[in-house]
Amino acid sequence: MDVAEDNFEKTISWRMAGAAGQGVVNVGLILAKTCLKEGFHVFANSENPSLIRGGHNYLTVRISNREVKSHEKFIDILVPLNQESVEKHVKSIKKGGCVIFDDKKIKISDSEKRDDVTFFSVPLEEFAKKCGGIILENMVAMGVTVGIMDLSFESLSETIAKIFSKKGENVVKNNIDAAKLGYDYAKENFGNNERFKLNKSGETSNNRILISGNQSIAGGAIKAGCKFMSAYPMTPATSIMETMASQERNYNIVMKQTEDEIAAINMAIGASFCGARAMTATSGGGFALMVEGFGLAAMTETPLVVVISQRPGPATGMATRSGQGDLKFALNAAPDDFPHIVLAPGDIEDCFYRTIEAFQIAEKYQTPVIILIDKFLSLSYKSAHFETSGIIVKRESMLSEDEIPDNYKRYRITSNGISPRTIPGQKKGMFTASSYEHNEEGHEDEDGNNRIRMAEKRFRKFKELSKEIKPPELIGPSDADITLLCWGSTKGVVEEAVRILEKEGIKVNYMHYVFISPFPEEKTKNVINNAKKVAVVENNQTGQLASIIKEKTGIDVDYKILKFNGRPFYPEEIVEEVKKIVEGD
Amino acid sequence: MVDIKDLDTGERPTWCPGCGNYVLLSTLKAVISELELQPENVVVVSGIGCGSKMPHFIKTYGFEGLHGRILPVATGVKLANKNLTVIAVGGDGDGYGIGGNHFIHAARRNIDITYIVQNNSVYGLTKGQYSPTSQKGFVSPTSPFGAIDEPVNPVSLAISSGATYVARAWYMDANHLKELIKNGVKHKGFALIDVLQPCLTFNKINTIEWYTEKIYKLEETEYKPNDKLIAFEKSQEFYPKIPIGLFYKEDGKPTYEDQLPQTEGKQPAEQKIENIDMNLFFKTLK
Repeated sequence: MDVAEDNFEKTISWRMAGAAGQGVVNVGLILAKTCLKEGFHVFANSENPSLIRGGHNYLTVRISNREVKSHEKFIDILVPLNQESVEKHVKSIKKGGCVIFDDKKIKISDSEKRDDVTFFSVPLEEFAKKCGGIILENMVAMGVTVGIMDLSFESLSETIAKIFSKKGENVVKNNIDAAKLGYDYAKENFGNNERFKLNKSGETSNNRILISGNQSIAGGAIKAGCKFMSAYPMTPATSIMETMASQERNYNIVMKQTEDEIAAINMAIGASFCGARAMTATSGGGFALMVEGFGLAAMTETPLVVVISQRPGPATGMATRSGQGDLKFALNAAPDDFPHIVLAPGDIEDCFYRTIEAFQIAEKYQTPVIILIDKFLSLSYKSAHFETSGIIVKRESMLSEDEIPDNYKRYRITSNGISPRTIPGQKKGMFTASSYEHNEEGHEDEDGNNRIRMAEKRFRKFKELSKEIKPPELIGPSDADITLLCWGSTKGVVEEAVRILEKEGIKVNYMHYVFISPFPEEKTKNVINNAKKVAVVENNQTGQLASIIKEKTGIDVDYKILKFNGRPFYPEEIVEEVKKIVEGD
Repeated sequence: MVDIKDLDTGERPTWCPGCGNYVLLSTLKAVISELELQPENVVVVSGIGCGSKMPHFIKTYGFEGLHGRILPVATGVKLANKNLTVIAVGGDGDGYGIGGNHFIHAARRNIDITYIVQNNSVYGLTKGQYSPTSQKGFVSPTSPFGAIDEPVNPVSLAISSGATYVARAWYMDANHLKELIKNGVKHKGFALIDVLQPCLTFNKINTIEWYTEKIYKLEETEYKPNDKLIAFEKSQEFYPKIPIGLFYKEDGKPTYEDQLPQTEGKQPAEQKIENIDMNLFFKTLK
């Protein structure tokens, strides 16, 4: 499939594939950073099994002079570092694409040969050995790539120097030498390739950084004044911890790796009880261990941000793959009824801004808030720019020493349900928080009327919050043939699918949900009632958003576009499904 | 010095008559008063169990959390604001059973928390099932043919896990109990005070008489609590005689929180959060 080729729209997808341990991901990101230096937009994502050595890994970098928020199904350049990688990916190459490989090491069988693809053979291994070892063959291939794409070698060598600076001068030199051999070889032997060259006009800029979804979450947390994080490593959420830990001393944060997820959530609650903005992050399995603590935060009305980065389950499932199967779990975690606040950022920039919003909500409404992302969003990288000047971060629903009344009651019944809190150290604000049902003072109380009053108070906060949340927007023509409803990480791929469909003359509009709870019932009813056809797009088996829509509005969604093989959607897959639905009658 | 009367919340405990929790409650108030702690700078953290209702009766800050999760909450409190005095209180089921993992890790971190375990060798609040410290053979509704598990030895476990103040107390000797807790609170580092405190209602084996004839004080012997291996050896002694007192004390070992330079000045809980400059963060990603 050829995506439009006008210069502004042109994107190049480059893929390096090999065994775990061949440096596919780390080296691949060097290309992303090089392109960033050149002013291009990039989007990178990787697939790998849950192994440290062996298995099959690949990283795809999509490069353009317009913003790219998604990967695409077909690629332009393939760099296979082992035999298996040819077989797995050669069919994914676009017409006119190429393969950069070492014919002394990798054989292209008859069934893998393609007339519409150029095979650039480079002595990767020989060059790598010249520069210090076979591991450098990925860097030789990087040089070839930069040559073929006509990017500046200086941008590449500066990127290499920066990334390997901690490993010493020799390592830097060896890597640059290897890249140079590849670069020169490409220039001498493969000539000028307009096919793989991107025009620098368009929206090129040097103002962007390369950031992953998890780093963006951590950045948002830091901006929101998060001073305490406790968590237990679990893929794909771990790099949130790592990023927070790396910033501990820059921003006076305590990031505590705990003995388990149960400790993690309880520790964060203890810190938040003392007034520190606190968070934890995990995946579905880890959150399963946190669930009782999640209820504790709700019961004691302690602010808390919990990030769940989904991966396929149940149990260990597929640790390094992606999915959106934990929506209903997040919405229903912990015993009995209490308000669950769940928001699902749609893209990497959104991760930053929504995390700040989550912290503000958590503190104002004294409640746990779940940020629901997934491996695709967590571990994809994107060139991004963040505007922080207009962001307002402020303390909410807390009393200063002078504001504490004489007959202070921590859980005072109020009209909006919010009871301003005090923190340890404040003389007039002493109270006991309890996981038991309690009275306004916080003391255990099992009186039936008290129970109703407190349970209603907790729900009033949710009603108040619902008023504050802006409903999602329907994007696209109002007379569309089909309306797509999506949530969380599918935003970028749906947007890309819509672009492709528009070009093919199919009118589509879509609505992306960030807030799943509180749920925008009226808006949803409105949109569905005015749509010709409606389909949800979800990375899960049963259509969990469709089920929420049914629960909240009584409406059955006509169609479900679902994928649950552990991999994110490609825009092209959505295009195909939408066409089937639109042309279905 | 806060008057003990001012530490009364007005709430009244509903423990069984004669329960050791009453002794512990008045002891804790006396400790807070005698150590001249400001009540607003004290956080009493508990879990779930009869004795975990303690924070409701002491006018400080309190947190009655989940069963088994006392130490994680207490750790979060201490790491958010190390200027607070953190006293953790709970039962043996809570601390050595469901919360056993946290016990080991809090001890090895040497975080400055005083952990008091009301050890009655039975699950009281759920009416009499055997606990992690019940003797082998203990007959209960869930072990009608006698418990098969060997009991946990909390003192040995604490010493081997890295706690720097490890004591066992007997609730009937209130002064001795008070001194052990007081010194535990004063100690910089993780302090365990395992309090032998029979459940008069559900434990008909380990009764007051049973303990009284076995107990002797380490302070009345030649024992010195300054050697880890000797302390460990001593901690293995439980039959026929039960030593009480200070088994082990290690001074000068840095606490977890004191090894965090980012908590040297303003505490995480006290940091300003408005207008945080993100340039440094973005620069590290460049």
